[in-house]
Amino acid sequence: MSTPITHQQYWRGQRTRIVLLLIVWAIVAFGLSIFGVEALNTVSLGGIPLGFWMAQQGSIFIFVLLILIYAITSDRAERAAGLQETADSTTQAGEDH
Amino acid sequence: MSIQAWTWVTVGITFAAYLYIGYRSRVRSTRGFYVAGQGVPAIANGAATAADWMSAASFISMAGLISFMGYDGSVYLMGWTGGYVLLALLLAPFLRKYGKYTVPDFVAERYYSQAARIVAAICAIFVSFTYVAGQMGGVGVAFSRFLEVPFEIGVVIGMVIVAFFAVLGGMKGITYTQVAQYCVLIFAYTIPAIAIALVLTSNPVPQLAIGEVLPKLNAIQTDLGLDPYSNPFARLDMLNVFCVTVCLMVGTAGLPHVIVRFYTTKSVRDARWSAFYALLFIAILYTTAPAVAMFAKYYILNQFAEVGTQGFTQLDWVQNWAATGLIDIDAINASDGTAAALLANINRDIIVLATPEIAGLSAFVVALVAAGGLAAALSTASGLLLVISSSLAHDIYGNIINPQASDKKRLLVGRIMIFAAVVLAGLLGIFPLGFVAEVVAFAFGLAAASFFPILVLGVFWKRANKYGAIAGMSVGLAFTFIMIVLMRAQNVLGLDEPIIDSFLGINAQGIGIIGMLLNFGLTIGVSLATPAPPMDVQRMVEQIRYPRVINDEELEEHLSHDAH
Repeated sequence: MSTPITHQQYWRGQRTRIVLLLIVWAIVAFGLSIFGVEALNTVSLGGIPLGFWMAQQGSIFIFVLLILIYAITSDRAERAAGLQETADSTTQAGEDH
Repeated sequence: MSIQAWTWVTVGITFAAYLYIGYRSRVRSTRGFYVAGQGVPAIANGAATAADWMSAASFISMAGLISFMGYDGSVYLMGWTGGYVLLALLLAPFLRKYGKYTVPDFVAERYYSQAARIVAAICAIFVSFTYVAGQMGGVGVAFSRFLEVPFEIGVVIGMVIVAFFAVLGGMKGITYTQVAQYCVLIFAYTIPAIAIALVLTSNPVPQLAIGEVLPKLNAIQTDLGLDPYSNPFARLDMLNVFCVTVCLMVGTAGLPHVIVRFYTTKSVRDARWSAFYALLFIAILYTTAPAVAMFAKYYILNQFAEVGTQGFTQLDWVQNWAATGLIDIDAINASDGTAAALLANINRDIIVLATPEIAGLSAFVVALVAAGGLAAALSTASGLLLVISSSLAHDIYGNIINPQASDKKRLLVGRIMIFAAVVLAGLLGIFPLGFVAEVVAFAFGLAAASFFPILVLGVFWKRANKYGAIAGMSVGLAFTFIMIVLMRAQNVLGLDEPIIDSFLGINAQGIGIIGMLLNFGLTIGVSLATPAPPMDVQRMVEQIRYPRVINDEELEEHLSHDAH
């Protein structure tokens, strides 16, 4: 098990995680697939120019992976901070009417 | 059996399944009606989100667009998937924690203003209506091509089906029907793609088969005097590829019918996981689509290279589609005989529907594609109709007009509104307004410029206040809307030419990026110049950042840290 953290550390950790994942997201989507596409196209990946492959296949796989990493690491941080939900501590719609 | 007989069978079976599921999921409370009782498991919500998201445009039109655009078609592939990363990281868990019914609910409470609620509800209705009219039109097209019933009858059949499960089951009925629709549409999309991959190459996985097809496609394009397929920036320059991609991504994360999906999960944790499943399920189709695009282009150009212009127009599948007017044989025969002229006279929308026929696959597979197209159109339409109904019945009626209404009465108004929305959407499908079709393509720019910035700042910046949000939302939306009208004046205003061609080189599809920046800048600037939001709003923002409910004692402790 991971070491316990405070609520403040949880939120700081989430913010850092979100920023890092979004930096990877931007590099993949814009850096490699748009601005760097011509340079990457000089490399071939199984018959496909790499830049073109990134734009039409690779970037999508990486997007899925980024959300997976976020879901797994958030689960872990949430447990470490004692913030996981139970049936009684989940927000329910309709409480106010 | 003929294609038509098989289509009746596949459409009949799938529609019966939707009706059965809709009947089994009927609800009795507003919580069930608007957010499916917040009891949808993450994986089911992921599948429902994927079906909700992938419309007739994704299913029928996207591969065709990419086929004709080559690399530049990547704007749709990355734009309509990359937005989920923004949604999953920046919005979904926090809006689930907030835990009410609609996006305007959040806007109204976060920005402590019923005026903000009305603006948000109107934006939601406007964006959703433009979108849903296109879906109903798509249902009509699918019926008239494959079942040979009149277009209007097709739209009416679609309306009856959607009305049945949406009025009875609300969000719950819609969600479980969408799970079934996802299964239908993903089979209908991947089975023909795998079959074609096996015909063209030795590899059944379309995502891998493109390694063999692309070099051949590039070679044949070069032989026929076209740019190689994978060459970037042939139709859009680098600036516009970037701007359109950003606009579609941010717009995806700002569309109310997508955001509200994450209100229906059991917990905050499930909201994160259902965003993952949603994008995983979407990615199956979105990585297959560019393969279908390449296969179709290769087939068409290869047949053209073998038999020439005259022979091409004699092909069976070309004759079939010429009858629908989507391939213009006379124009092809009268043209100069180049590949470019050939492509200009083939409607891009037929690529997905015609590829199984071009590749000579069995009638059953062709019929399956028709059922898939209908599933895609109906699932998206139902999700949008729920947003329209909840904006009217919950936000406008329940919160502004009659806040004292009982749950029973709210539910009744919700059902009436969704029925009215179905009828109106069907009428817009049968009698399309020219400007509606034009605006659909720009719904993303409008969502990017209105909702996304104030939602993200609402979660991550406690200092954002109502003056900032109202200024940001209205200026962002107005700027984007006006720019689109000016750049598309020939379609929207009926002028002979656009009033301006572009703004700093950015075209109408990408202009939402400027609207979004204006919105961010104004929300921040105006907020800083005006008083901070009240304490209870700051408490609420602190509360939604943590998965489980934080008690008052813990909340005080959090806020005391803030002060330092």
